[in-house]
Amino acid sequence: MIKENIQDKIFNIVNLVILTIVLIITLYPLYFVAIASFSDPVMVNSGQVILWPKGINFKGYARVFANKEIWSGYRNTVFYTTLGTMINLMFTMPAAYALSRRDMIGRNFIMTLFTITMFFNGGLIPTYLVVKNLGLTNTFWALLLPSAVSTYNLIVSRTYMQNNIPVELQEAAIIDGSSNTRMLFTIVLPLSKPIIAVMALFYGVGHWNQYFSALIYITDKNLKPLQLILRNILLQNEYMASSVSSDSVETMAEQAKLAESIKYCTIIVASLPVLIVYPFIQKYFTKGIMLGAIRG
Amino acid sequence: MNVTKIGKRIKIPYKRNIPYKRNIRNISKKILLNYELYLFVLPALLTIIIFNYVPMYGIQIAFKDFIATKGIIGSPWVGFKHFNRFFNSYYFTNILTNTLRISIYSMVVAFPVPIILALLLNEVKNQHYKKFIQTVTYAPHFISMVVMASMIISFLSPSMGIVNHLIKAMGFEPIPFMEKANLFPTIYVFSGIWQNAGWNSVMYFAALSTIDPQLYEAGRVDGCTTVQKIWYIDLPGIIPMIVILLILNCGNILSVGFEKVYLLQNNLNIETSEVISTYVYKVGLQKAEYSFSTAVGLFNSVVNFILLVTVNSIAKKLGQSSLW
Repeated sequence: MIKENIQDKIFNIVNLVILTIVLIITLYPLYFVAIASFSDPVMVNSGQVILWPKGINFKGYARVFANKEIWSGYRNTVFYTTLGTMINLMFTMPAAYALSRRDMIGRNFIMTLFTITMFFNGGLIPTYLVVKNLGLTNTFWALLLPSAVSTYNLIVSRTYMQNNIPVELQEAAIIDGSSNTRMLFTIVLPLSKPIIAVMALFYGVGHWNQYFSALIYITDKNLKPLQLILRNILLQNEYMASSVSSDSVETMAEQAKLAESIKYCTIIVASLPVLIVYPFIQKYFTKGIMLGAIRG
Repeated sequence: MNVTKIGKRIKIPYKRNIPYKRNIRNISKKILLNYELYLFVLPALLTIIIFNYVPMYGIQIAFKDFIATKGIIGSPWVGFKHFNRFFNSYYFTNILTNTLRISIYSMVVAFPVPIILALLLNEVKNQHYKKFIQTVTYAPHFISMVVMASMIISFLSPSMGIVNHLIKAMGFEPIPFMEKANLFPTIYVFSGIWQNAGWNSVMYFAALSTIDPQLYEAGRVDGCTTVQKIWYIDLPGIIPMIVILLILNCGNILSVGFEKVYLLQNNLNIETSEVISTYVYKVGLQKAEYSFSTAVGLFNSVVNFILLVTVNSIAKKLGQSSLW
């Protein structure tokens, strides 16, 4: 290395300072929600909780976990996420592999069919009518089937397979008499682990955060996913200050105080699973999407 | 996003037995030989046919008076009635302006942020710190819109929010952010930067990683500074990616996402926060005016599509990278 001149040194220092500020700006809101969730709500609301939690208590969490709707929403969302992600991967990966094969006749035509859907779609109402006419509204299939394949994810997976699974290996397998199905399971999928992990994260997070589909397709209380219930709770809290629920023994003031705290607790409860899983899969990002996306 | 056309296509001589004279027997033999591949595609293909192509057929209700009992085909044609009603309605200019305001605002302010972030982060010598910043800045992308909206509302609350505590601590009057219609686009755009700038920089990192190392080598020999390196090597290197993403952005100019706007809307900011997607939802599903709502949605898609094609062809003319 040629030694750095003064200009570069200044640049590096300024750069580090800027990026550290960016880091703080990104982290602080998340950190604040976390400390606010188990601090005394009065202190949070009056602006005394800034750097560390004060008046630590878990009343908010107790209230959140005592809420039956949250549990039912959690159960539903875990179910939708698990089954939904499995369907996504089962639909996307084999299709991505088939479309990565240059000897597949009609591949460009099929690819065009997929690509068009990225730029043009039927819109809200026509799609709603199809789902409704198929009798899927108010069933969990309405949340899983319409979004079973994301064209973007399909293309990224396909590109990854095209670039990372040696053609010689596939040829050798064919010569050895392997069927395409066997090749998919014994060669292609094991070699595609990084992209499968990334796709599972994308699809999984999509299901976990699903709000709009549930809003339009699900009205049955027992089928509502976490995000929908979360929204109701958060909205209720806005008005909690002015109303006391009949089954509660707490006073109005007590309720109002807790309302904000419940809000932060609900946010943590709903986001934690995603934020815990994400860093483990993040290491595949460079391998997965970056390679998949850039080399077409 | 059509990312497959970026860069060079590598020719793989896999099973190069495709004959120059493709006769039908040969083709069907080949299809038969690889029949499994078609089975692999089938589930995905059926999904998009049922949930993307069948609805496209349903778009015709925009030109009809949809009556549920008569179905899509049986409903009477009414021509451009719904479009005329929309263009002449009191809401039209308001909604269009709001939608354009928010998307142009974010294109001007939010679009460059991930580029700058990627360029700066690329210069960090300490790999661990670099990785850490990446991990942290990607994270907000995975937070749900419901949570995001409630964080925004909490933080900006005039009496209890942390932002207003800060404002008060500096000796100013608290600002009721969510009640001011003129602040809505700013809140929307800046919270969007917080949530997505990190994630959107991934694509630029990918582009930066493909720059020929020889260029850096040459730069070093010529003694160029870091700033010069960014300006003369990095930035030109990622221009194709910038252009592609900009084209895609232009193609979405009328598609301000539903969820975030809907979740942040209230009666006091509705004046600037009603956009096409929320309007389509309210008219279509809440008031059950299926045909009218479909017409509004179609208008949106058509404008987007025209913009996409136009910007793409301009980029092509200018000799830049393009989608097709």
